[in-house]
Amino acid sequence: MAESSPPRTGFHLFRYAAPPEFFRLAGRAVPCFGVLALLLGGAGLYLGFFVAPVDAQQGQVYRIMFVHVPAAWMAMFIYVVMAFWAAMGLVFNTRMSAILASGLAPTGALMAFLSLWTGALWGRPAWGTYWDWDARMTSTLILLFLYMGFMALHSAIDDVRRADRAAGVLALVGVVNVPIIYFSVQWWNTLHQGSSITLGKAPSIATPMLAAMLVMTFAFWMYCIAAALTRARAIVLERERDSDWVRALAGEGA
Amino acid sequence: MTGALWAVIRRDLLLALRQRGDVLNVLLFFVVVITMLPLGVGPEMGTLRLIGAGWVWVAALLASIVSLARLFAQDYADGALEQLMLSGQPATAIVVGKILAHWLVTGAPITLAAIPIAVMFDLGFERAATLVAALALGTPALSLIGAIGAALTLGLRGGGVLVTLLVLPLTAPVLIFGAAAVEATAGGLSPAPDFLFLGGLSLGAAALAPWAIATALRISLE
Amino acid sequence: MNWGSWSEFWNMGGHGGYVWSAYGVTAALVVLEVLLLRARLGRARRGSSSRRVRPARAPGGQGG
Repeated sequence: MAESSPPRTGFHLFRYAAPPEFFRLAGRAVPCFGVLALLLGGAGLYLGFFVAPVDAQQGQVYRIMFVHVPAAWMAMFIYVVMAFWAAMGLVFNTRMSAILASGLAPTGALMAFLSLWTGALWGRPAWGTYWDWDARMTSTLILLFLYMGFMALHSAIDDVRRADRAAGVLALVGVVNVPIIYFSVQWWNTLHQGSSITLGKAPSIATPMLAAMLVMTFAFWMYCIAAALTRARAIVLERERDSDWVRALAGEGA
Repeated sequence: MTGALWAVIRRDLLLALRQRGDVLNVLLFFVVVITMLPLGVGPEMGTLRLIGAGWVWVAALLASIVSLARLFAQDYADGALEQLMLSGQPATAIVVGKILAHWLVTGAPITLAAIPIAVMFDLGFERAATLVAALALGTPALSLIGAIGAALTLGLRGGGVLVTLLVLPLTAPVLIFGAAAVEATAGGLSPAPDFLFLGGLSLGAAALAPWAIATALRISLE
Repeated sequence: MNWGSWSEFWNMGGHGGYVWSAYGVTAALVVLEVLLLRARLGRARRGSSSRRVRPARAPGGQGG
């Protein structure tokens, strides 16, 4: 199978579908993403706390936005990427694709949780309650359940390839559902609110605020890539434990 | 294709008929769960009228998922499922047949059982009618989505809880629009938009789920 | 600069508790994830992964 050795001919698309190749490439990439995450995070926090002004309505507490929004976006984005790799794994039957999906899931779940946590802490001072079943938070909660379902299904199946494929199907079903769920939760929310839709968690957004938010989003993105790749590397080593190249690594003590 | 479809439906209905107890259990489960609500929130009719419809939907969700264990598990255990999948008949036909039979013995009875339950919650004729219509439109989607979960978790330990965990979030839209339809009627508005969404969800599920279910079965049967 | 003094900074206009709980838990969980991942990778490298991952067996060998 083309899986176990990089193809000699020109088309190298599947080269990194080979676990050892992925392991090496990811090993070089992770530090880069990590450093980027730190730099962007530092810059974003500086912008968010020392450049962005006080908000007229919410005072200082709106600054939670600089972690809440990136976490929320990452939670959604990672799920889509996860579903993409799951699809790749199902279509091309590549183990590496499924491993990437598995590597992404816990990080995505963490982002969803952080989004809910920071959202609750923002909601209390800004709107009066920690939790108010609004559309976005409720959708994020359901998204967290979808992540946990993915992980639960994967760990419930002993045969790791069956687990990959089953969880992959679940991820695809989920990704099709997510827009529907989001839309129906929005509908549900406006229905029960009666009055006009309150859109902005951040009212009139001044440029420094927007800048800080975007920089923090990139920082989170870089971090999530680093975390997911690291987890994928660990999974690769765990699964390929009995192969020569992994044994050699253990021998090096590297 | 249709030959296989009818054969599967007939077989599953026959099996259900022979195991009437299982079918009745699902209905009983549905009613018992619903009865828990007044015990939990008090018998004040105003409250019950307000939240009754939503709770009926939750009970319908749970009853559908609980009953899904039957859908594939028996045939999986005695090897019949593998035979069916290997038979050369289109997998989607088999899947649709089983789900249709499943809906006939769960979703349909649940929809009908909603009539006396609507009386228990004093919903009044209009709301009751809306609830029944909504259930008729939405329970097929529940069967279809739930079947995906059942197919993915074939033969696994952790059984019912795992399937429920996987399936419930995916059924949220059905619950939302199903309950919203009754709300609309209660508020004097037309439930038509909600019915359209429900119908759309069931049709969409009917179009996409069989593929997912067949794939999941193949994966589980390996 | 937004802040007159450090104490103003920590206070966050009276909402210090909320802001720093939000950032604090975020930072803590991120650090936790990093540490756990490094530990997992280290264990996996040394070939002593705590997860028993059984490779797929021939058909008929599994299923319940």
